[in-house]
Amino acid sequence: MTAGIPTAGIPMPKKAAAPPAAPDPRRHFGAETIARFESWKRQYPDERAALIPILHAAQDEKGWLSRETLEAVAAYLKLPFIRVYEVASFYPMFHLRAVGRHVAWVCRNISCDLRGASAIVETFRRKCGIGPDETTPDGKLTLKLAECLGGCASAPVVDLDGVYRENLDVAQVEKLIAELK
Amino acid sequence: MAERYLLPRLEKPGYRGSLEEYRREGGYEALKKALAMQPEEVTAIVKNSGLRGRGGAGFPTGLKWTFMPPAADPRPRYLAVNADESEPGTCKDRVLMERDPHSVVEGVAISAYALRAKASYVYIRGEYRASFRAMERAITEATKAGLLADRPIHLHVGAGAYICGEETALMESLEGKRGHPRPKPPFPANFGLWGQPTTVNNVETLANVPPILAKGIEWYATMGTKASPGNFLCGISGHVERPGVYEVPLGIPAKTILDDLAGGVRGGKKLKAIIPGGSSSGFLPASAVEKLVMDHDGLKNAGTMFGTGAIIALDETSCIVRATKVLCQFYHHETCGQCSQCREGCAWLDQICGRVENGEGRPDDVNTLLALADGMRGKTICALSDAAAIPVQLAIQHFRSEFEQHVAEKRCPFGNPPMHVHTDGLDDEKRSELVEIVHSDVLTLLNEGKSTSGKGMAVQ
Repeated sequence: MTAGIPTAGIPMPKKAAAPPAAPDPRRHFGAETIARFESWKRQYPDERAALIPILHAAQDEKGWLSRETLEAVAAYLKLPFIRVYEVASFYPMFHLRAVGRHVAWVCRNISCDLRGASAIVETFRRKCGIGPDETTPDGKLTLKLAECLGGCASAPVVDLDGVYRENLDVAQVEKLIAELK
Repeated sequence: MAERYLLPRLEKPGYRGSLEEYRREGGYEALKKALAMQPEEVTAIVKNSGLRGRGGAGFPTGLKWTFMPPAADPRPRYLAVNADESEPGTCKDRVLMERDPHSVVEGVAISAYALRAKASYVYIRGEYRASFRAMERAITEATKAGLLADRPIHLHVGAGAYICGEETALMESLEGKRGHPRPKPPFPANFGLWGQPTTVNNVETLANVPPILAKGIEWYATMGTKASPGNFLCGISGHVERPGVYEVPLGIPAKTILDDLAGGVRGGKKLKAIIPGGSSSGFLPASAVEKLVMDHDGLKNAGTMFGTGAIIALDETSCIVRATKVLCQFYHHETCGQCSQCREGCAWLDQICGRVENGEGRPDDVNTLLALADGMRGKTICALSDAAAIPVQLAIQHFRSEFEQHVAEKRCPFGNPPMHVHTDGLDDEKRSELVEIVHSDVLTLLNEGKSTSGKGMAVQ
């Protein structure tokens, strides 16, 4: 089953072994997350439509989407694993590798580039020692580059843990970094 | 300045966009008026108003609604609202959703009634958490107040893919799949969400519907032009003194927005170029801006398109090659990979533009870029391939000498640091072999349908 699937980001056994038994979603996820799953599922005529919102909810709880978590989502929606994996790997907001406690998305698109996005990326490099798609060794912060975040008129923009920080300059970014716990 | 009807409410100090506040400003009167009519009458009013879609294509909204099957068709029908705002430069729908969500909810409610929709789904991009929360609150309030009756509005959330702003990709994504655009026909009005009749409209488009219903089409025609009536939300960004989202009538001179509203070029510098309607509309030189009129015909006559009406200004210190590379890298990142022209073309535009910017360009790279871009026009399932090619074509058309200068001087004359250049995951030997082949005849390879980069099939 695993032979044709790209393995990037998902720990896979070296030798072809039987795929792990899908974890019971109700044990794998907390009650609150399951409640969110249920409420998403109810609003569509076809439950599969809830997949993307459910992956968001799963990632909110777990921080990232491990193979085990994807298997649990597949079991929950009664979908083959590949239907879940192909979606999780298509959309950039889903992390298929472990990320730090904080995730900063720096917009690198045109409006932000014109107003200093690369200086922001450099600030993260200088202060945290990491580049794009890297995590600090202490697991505090992961840096990602985003395509247009829709904050063009308040560029440059960083999406830090789901909150937009807008009209940034280097000093403000340094302050944001210093405040990370 | 002409009358404004989209932003004045939310610009009032202290306005938080609750149901009570929205009603105090005359909100939901248009819905009441619409519900007293037949759905077809509402559609006729919107059609006669001449309202055109604000999401990019500029298609007449009422006309789109008439494509839905007749009322006797027993299938359930849906309204999908495109709130996947992600065209670079565009930041307008967010303002409405975050700060005046009921103006969107009322627009959705009226439109759903006109379309006889069973339910509406608002597809909000994943990053817009603030928009999601505000819309969620507004829908809850409207539902509790009985305003939505038996036509529920549901929110759906995306996860960072630009292609999902394309209406058929949006529907695929809403069904829980990868955002792969569908071939048309069948068109959404006949085969949309879950195979049922569906209409997809943009947020700002729907926010125009309540004012049209409330004040009538004669009033609406007093703003904008005959072919493009009404106001639009213009996001202006880049090198201007006051970037922002401004409500202006269609047909307004671009100079008025740039100079009077946005305060001119930042730091007293000279304007070099603008992107007039979101990244896909490409570059226009400052000389073309003088007489540029911001509406669908005006931008078409200037050799580009109105798109989302989002202006990005570049001052005289900007490097057009770098700006083009930034856009190429965006489209390369966002191509869904279904069509070979787009998948391969976007990768190559990104790579070649990148090496030109980094001072590693080859003498015929500019022609190769043009040949590639030409091969990407009008050949694919959706318009992303064209959208990626247009900025390259216009950049070279208007600023060819700047590309040639990069190649001749083997550096970026503006002193920009090197940019990340896409590679294909091959080892150096294989790559140089491949680059030689491709460099000599990239079009032959594309025409034969063979892969020329790492994004798709394995290289032969």
